[in-house]
Parts: sequence; structure tokens; C-alpha cells
Amino acid sequence: MKICISSTSNGKYSIPDGRFGRCAYFAFYDTETQDYIFIENDGLHSSQGAGVSAVQTVMDAHADVVITGSLGPNAVKLLEASEIEAYKLTDGNIMEQIKMFQEGKLKPIDGVGPGKAGMNNRFRKGW
Amino acid sequence: MHIAVLSGKGGTGKTTVSTNLSKIMGYRYVDCDVEEPNGFIFLKPEIKKVEEVAIPIPEIDQEKCSLCKACVNACHFNALAYTKQSIMLFEQMCHGCGACMIICPTKAIHEKRRTIGKILMGYHKEIECFSGILNLGEPMAGPIISKLRQYIDNKSTIIDCAPGSSCNVVKAVIDCDYGILVTEPTVFGLHDLKIAVNLVKQMGIPHGVIINCHDPEEELVEAYCMEEHIPILGKIPFDRNIASLHSEGKLLVEDAVYRAIFQAIASKVEEVASCS
Repeated sequence: MKICISSTSNGKYSIPDGRFGRCAYFAFYDTETQDYIFIENDGLHSSQGAGVSAVQTVMDAHADVVITGSLGPNAVKLLEASEIEAYKLTDGNIMEQIKMFQEGKLKPIDGVGPGKAGMNNRFRKGW
Repeated sequence: MHIAVLSGKGGTGKTTVSTNLSKIMGYRYVDCDVEEPNGFIFLKPEIKKVEEVAIPIPEIDQEKCSLCKACVNACHFNALAYTKQSIMLFEQMCHGCGACMIICPTKAIHEKRRTIGKILMGYHKEIECFSGILNLGEPMAGPIISKLRQYIDNKSTIIDCAPGSSCNVVKAVIDCDYGILVTEPTVFGLHDLKIAVNLVKQMGIPHGVIINCHDPEEELVEAYCMEEHIPILGKIPFDRNIASLHSEGKLLVEDAVYRAIFQAIASKVEEVASCS
């Protein structure tokens, strides 16, 4: 299984990013090989559709699960259509999020957050 | 002559200036602030024609689609996305560029039309009036402004622009002969005036300033205009009576005192605009 977490930088001790479409990096963790891969988010600077672009990145990496702060309406629609599950971030770094997910301690994201939330304030606490 | 009325800061009185000047100069009035058009509240034209504005969007034939993602990669606006079973379209993000239709190798994409707003056309006495209206919730005003521009021929026209300096303003201001920048004597008004000045300078459009809500004791806009050699076309006083007429949806030129002010502004505009 592959897990994707929105992240503020590219290390396994990095702080997760509550914004999905406008996060700096996507962290991918493969539960079989236990490897981390970090991909820079191209959508960070796109003028529109960052959430849509982010889901495409997640799909290109064949992730099964997304862990992030909140999701906009378009991202939710696409994730549902692609049968990718979404879980909500809680306190802790990237590694700790994965551990909590594997222990079943993360809650699924149900419902749509406000669209364009990641554009309002780069430094807001999103979760 | 085509005169654009813009401001930088919102709520400084673009529509007040546009509608009253249009009335006094007999110029055609075109409301290009299509996200919040309000000129017709004051001009109250008799509507003669309503035209819908639509943009082309793709329609995907899922049976012909091979899920090759060529259209997704071609879309610069993230309006198309692939899922495991199909290509998904986010209609409101589509700019109608048509790249997806050209690139599709299986010819699975066809064009359909999506209405995003309308254009109203009418007359206030002998003055021709146009107003673009963007439908609620639609994000893209550009195509409506472009459509409005198609109606503008050589006849003298006043174009009421959107606030700010976005694409919507640029689209409305382009090819105009003169720009009237409306501002108010506040730090905020001046800050945004500078942005508007920068815009018209870069576009090579001669311009002048009208100070609305003018306070004789507040000279920051005058000082800036003097320094930058920008002519001040007129000053509209900060006056309770103006607010009162405005709230009743009346044109200020219906009152003799304000009529004189706008007459002076109109002759000044004609003078400086013909010289530049």
C-alpha cells in the first residue's frame, strides 16, 4: 500500500502541511518497501485547480490513501471517483502520521472543506 | 473617442463618474464591471436587447476515449482530470481554449456551449447603454468583457471598468484613447491610485485623475499628481446630499450644483483628451 501525506518539506521528520493542493511537497510512503519518496508540488504556483492537479500527482504515484488537513470540493470529487481514501492529519511529523494511520488512529475526512483554503494564508494552521 | 473610467481602489466612484459624464457628454455608456454591474441603476435604460454569452467547453465521448491523458496534460487550467475509469471535466475552470479537442487522438472530444452570463443593451433617452452581467458563482468575467468590446465601434464611448488592475480591467481599458482615474483622498485611495497609474502608463494610455469625496484639507492625492505631472480633471465634494441622491438611484447631474461640477469635468476631459 502507498500512502501520500501533504508536507511542508522533504524529509520523514518534516511537519505535514494542512493544505492539500498548495502544500510544498507530497510525501509517499510504501508500506511494503518502507521507503519514502518526496515529490515537489507543481500545483503550488498554478493559478487555478491546485487541488485537481494534486490528485493527479497522487494517482500518478499510485497512492491508495491521502493524509492531509482539508480537501476542496473538486479534490473530493476526484478522490472519490478514483477510490482513494482521505484521512485527517493530527499532531506529529510525517513518520508519526504514518504510524498513527497504521494503528488506525487517524479519522477519515468526511465532507468537503472550503475551496481555495490553501490560498488564503500561507502560514495558517490548517488543522 | 473611447474613455475608460478606472480606479485601483473599489468604491471610489467609477460608476458615479461614468454615468454622469455619459449623460452630460452624450457618450455611449458601457458597464464592463461585469461582476458587479451597477450603472443601469442610475441610467435606468429601456432594455431593447438581451444576449447570452457562452464559452465553448469540451464534451467527452467516454466510449471513444482511450484514457490516454493527452487532454489532461494539454489543459493549462487543470479543468480536466483522469480517474481510473474516465476523464472528468471541471466546467468552471475551463477557459474554452480548445486545446483538448485538437490534441485528442481518438477524436472523443466535441465542443459544447456553456452560458456564463449576458449582455443587456438599451437606451437612456438618446444615450446607448450596454451592461455585461456575469452569472452568480461564475469565476471568469473575461469572455463577457470581450463580447461587450465587440459592440464598441467608433462612436464616443465611456467604459466603466472593474476596480483593481486585473485582466478584467486590462481587457476593458485596452485600445482606449483616454483613462479617467477616480480616487479618494485617503492613504488607501492613493496607494491603489498608484497601481492604476502604473497600469495605464504601461499600456500607453493618456490619463487624468478625478478626486471624489474631496476634502480641501487632505492634499495627499494633489501632491502626488503634481509630482507625477498627472492632470486633475476635477473634484467631487464630500457631501451628504450626493450620498442622498445616490441612495435614491438618481444621477447627480439632475441637481444644478453637481451638474455644473460635471460640466466642468466634461469640458476639461474633452480638452486634455484631445491634446494627448
